[in-house]
Amino acid sequence: MESLNGLRLSRRHLLSWLTVLGDTLAVRAETSRQPAQHLILLWLEGAPSQLETFDPHPGSPIAYGSTDMATSAAGVRIGSGLVHTAEVMGEVTLIRSMVSREGDHERAVYNMKTGYRPNPALIHPAIGAIFCHEFPRSPVEIPTHISILPNRWAARGGFLGGGFDAFQLGDPQLPLPDMRGPVSGEREARRLAGLSVLEDTFSRGRGELDAKTLHRVNLERARRMMSSEQLLAFDVTEEPAAVRAAYGDSSFGRSCLAARRLVEAGVPCVEVTLDGWDTHVNNHELQAARIQLLDPALAALLRDLRERELLDRTVVLCGGEFGRTPKLNAVEGRDHWPHGFSVALAGGAFRKGHVFGETDPTGAAGQPANPVRVEDLHATLQTALGMDPEFEVMTPVGRPLAWSDGRVIRDLLRG
Amino acid sequence: MARVTAIPVWLRTLLFLVVASLAVAGSLALLWRAPLEAVHPASIAPPEPEIVAAAQRVDVEFSAAWSAAAQTSAPLADDFTVLRRLSLALFGTIPSFEEIRLARQVPAERRISWWLDRAFRDPRYGDYVAERFARVCVGTESGPFLVFRRRRFVDWWSEQLQANRPYDSFVRSLIASTGSWTTSPETNFVTREVVPKHGPDEARLAARVSRGFLGIRLDCVECHDDFLEGNWKQTDFHRLASFFRETDLAVTGVSDTAKAAYQVRMRGAAAETPVEAGVPFGAQWLPAEGKLRSRLASWVTHPENASFSRTAVNRIWALLFGQPLVAPVDRIPLQGDLPPGLDLLARDFVAHGYNLQRLIRVIAHTEVFRRSSLSPTDAATATAWTSFPMTRLRPEQVARSMYQAASLSTVDASSHILLRLQRFGETRDFVNRYGDQGAEEFEPVTATVAQRLLLMNGKLVREHAKENIIMNAATRIGALARDDAAAVEAAFLAVLTRTPSPQEMEHFSTLLHGTKRSERARRMEDLYWSLFNSTEFSWNH
Repeated sequence: MESLNGLRLSRRHLLSWLTVLGDTLAVRAETSRQPAQHLILLWLEGAPSQLETFDPHPGSPIAYGSTDMATSAAGVRIGSGLVHTAEVMGEVTLIRSMVSREGDHERAVYNMKTGYRPNPALIHPAIGAIFCHEFPRSPVEIPTHISILPNRWAARGGFLGGGFDAFQLGDPQLPLPDMRGPVSGEREARRLAGLSVLEDTFSRGRGELDAKTLHRVNLERARRMMSSEQLLAFDVTEEPAAVRAAYGDSSFGRSCLAARRLVEAGVPCVEVTLDGWDTHVNNHELQAARIQLLDPALAALLRDLRERELLDRTVVLCGGEFGRTPKLNAVEGRDHWPHGFSVALAGGAFRKGHVFGETDPTGAAGQPANPVRVEDLHATLQTALGMDPEFEVMTPVGRPLAWSDGRVIRDLLRG
Repeated sequence: MARVTAIPVWLRTLLFLVVASLAVAGSLALLWRAPLEAVHPASIAPPEPEIVAAAQRVDVEFSAAWSAAAQTSAPLADDFTVLRRLSLALFGTIPSFEEIRLARQVPAERRISWWLDRAFRDPRYGDYVAERFARVCVGTESGPFLVFRRRRFVDWWSEQLQANRPYDSFVRSLIASTGSWTTSPETNFVTREVVPKHGPDEARLAARVSRGFLGIRLDCVECHDDFLEGNWKQTDFHRLASFFRETDLAVTGVSDTAKAAYQVRMRGAAAETPVEAGVPFGAQWLPAEGKLRSRLASWVTHPENASFSRTAVNRIWALLFGQPLVAPVDRIPLQGDLPPGLDLLARDFVAHGYNLQRLIRVIAHTEVFRRSSLSPTDAATATAWTSFPMTRLRPEQVARSMYQAASLSTVDASSHILLRLQRFGETRDFVNRYGDQGAEEFEPVTATVAQRLLLMNGKLVREHAKENIIMNAATRIGALARDDAAAVEAAFLAVLTRTPSPQEMEHFSTLLHGTKRSERARRMEDLYWSLFNSTEFSWNH
């Protein structure tokens, strides 16, 4: 190793270093202007209470004792359970005025994940599926659209096709589902040889029709995936213990860590679900238990992405299908409330330490200030991801459909 | 706490030997001689001439269309491929080895009608087709928690199908249903569309009726007049929706009560205005008297309302072929060119009292249904039905077929309750991972990488092919078949419903040659793996 004393600084060396530095700065500046290349969706299924998370109203009658705390973002206060998240709020844009027309979980999940309300004519693709469809250049052998810990309604490809459905897996500390061949060596070869004989028989006389099934093509892709080194991205045990601890010792924490690793490996879209937010009874206690899982994982994810210089290239969205009622019901629960709930966004072109919209501290107003419709959120998100929300795609029913029919909320974006 | 006494080793061994002996004895009977159920060819009636004649009329229309377009049709498929199609459509699974052995005893010209006679008596028919129709009526979602019982609704459909109740009659029951969602299960058609603080949603119910029973996507004009493909007006949709304005929901169930007017803010209007009930066409079929929903039900199912009968035919066609005659399945033009067979079958359906089982029989006896999936010239001709369309099996069809292939005898309602519970749980998990298409079940789809991984490496394939003399046909066939060739043939019949080609026979019997016990079981497992992973297994063809 060359000692510092032996290092001679020539003019050429200096110039070359400056050039490298200049290039690096230029690339970073360029990168920050480029649209994000990854999306991580932290999906809080069941609908978190905005009053106990990102939109507290301490001291008002609707708080029922919930308190708040200051954060690293000047003037932004959030629920006092989000201790770690408060430290990274300087990276976050909060929308506190989300409104939806869906008050049923299933329909609202569909609405939030696709940007469209359910319609029997068409299954709309989730945002991650659209993103993968629009940017198929991703150089990864593993699935490009992934859903970790999916509950009932994992992101789907909809009319874009099953190939855009999210690949589903459970806790990353468990082996990857279906990724390991049950046999190897001679037996594997025997199975594949047998399969080849069968495929030859079936394709005879059906050449074009058989090819259209994509059955054999996908079999080859699946086999490549099974032996890909990129599968290591799923393995969170590769991470130092301190990093794993920062995310929290929970399946959700590990999943968020896996999401970061997957993004690092080039995966465009990862969805991580944390369910259990549907607190119709005993709201405060149950929300607090969920917040304990969310808080370290969300904070560690944002910090980790920032430290690895991935945050400018990655959009993180954290939210659920709607919010919860300002009033506590008779069993101290909060019910469904689509008339003013919160979503946290970070990374990419989203502003840092910013709050948009405002709900009524008395809970009496039917509509928040500066309401953001679900479709508006999608249009803005798509813009941050480098897509044109107005781009029309021809659907299987023969009608053109825009990726989003919302309007872009420019105030949420930088520059 | 009471200590559970362990079962002694000798008793466990004895139990294993008894169960294994029973399984082996049953398999031996199936593999070595005719099944226990005897078939007497002479006692099997030929297909009804009237059914055959109706099917021939359909074929004549198709032949004329093909001649006019100078198209060549594919050759006829063998009977067992046709039975596979029928089994997948009506039971959601492939035929069992036992059923194939039975069918082989039946004279070829009577095989389809004989099989359909059995199918319509089999509870699997009602259960499976009910689930497919339920998707049209209430979708696949769990729906409003307290007032919607999807399982009850599907059971109700199953009962109607099994009893072969005239289709128009039970559609009227659905649209005009009253009562509790538990004691009058048909009311779940209404309660599925209940919106909190509003009650039954008029617009969503109108959309279900127009798509499910009229083959019209009238809800496409909910917000504006049609400007792309038709002349429907926004008012057409909302007038239809207004038939549900009196539909009410209380703790006692669904009823009809006078409510406030159905109000809509039409496009370009400054305020909401009341919309009266009215039909978009065929006003002469609408009864002048009665409750709104009853009048609508009568109009929808009126014998002269061709939209209703065409839609039913199109859906049954889609069930049998995997693709509708007119695609999308819920968009049939009122006027203009229609494909061959549609109106003919629709008129026949009405003339014979909306008899669904008869409709299935007629279609199943057409040569169009029995064409092979071999492409005669190019893929484009498949859209003209010159060959049978290839469609990817639905996830539950794949899972059920694997269960069936792992058993030589028929897996049905008479199977042990524990086996059925296990099948229910595993099928649900498999469907979730394979990816259900939901209500959009007739959209063309291709295979995916995740599906291939699931079939190559997933638990279901592994569990149903591995060495297990009690549970798995693969092991039993390997151990009990007369010789290698018989083992290969039995495996092909059990999984692909056909005998192997000479090349396949040579390849696989060579692999089995000279093997014994566990090594033979492993080779049979490998053979089953290859069969389960073939395109042929995962596609209807």
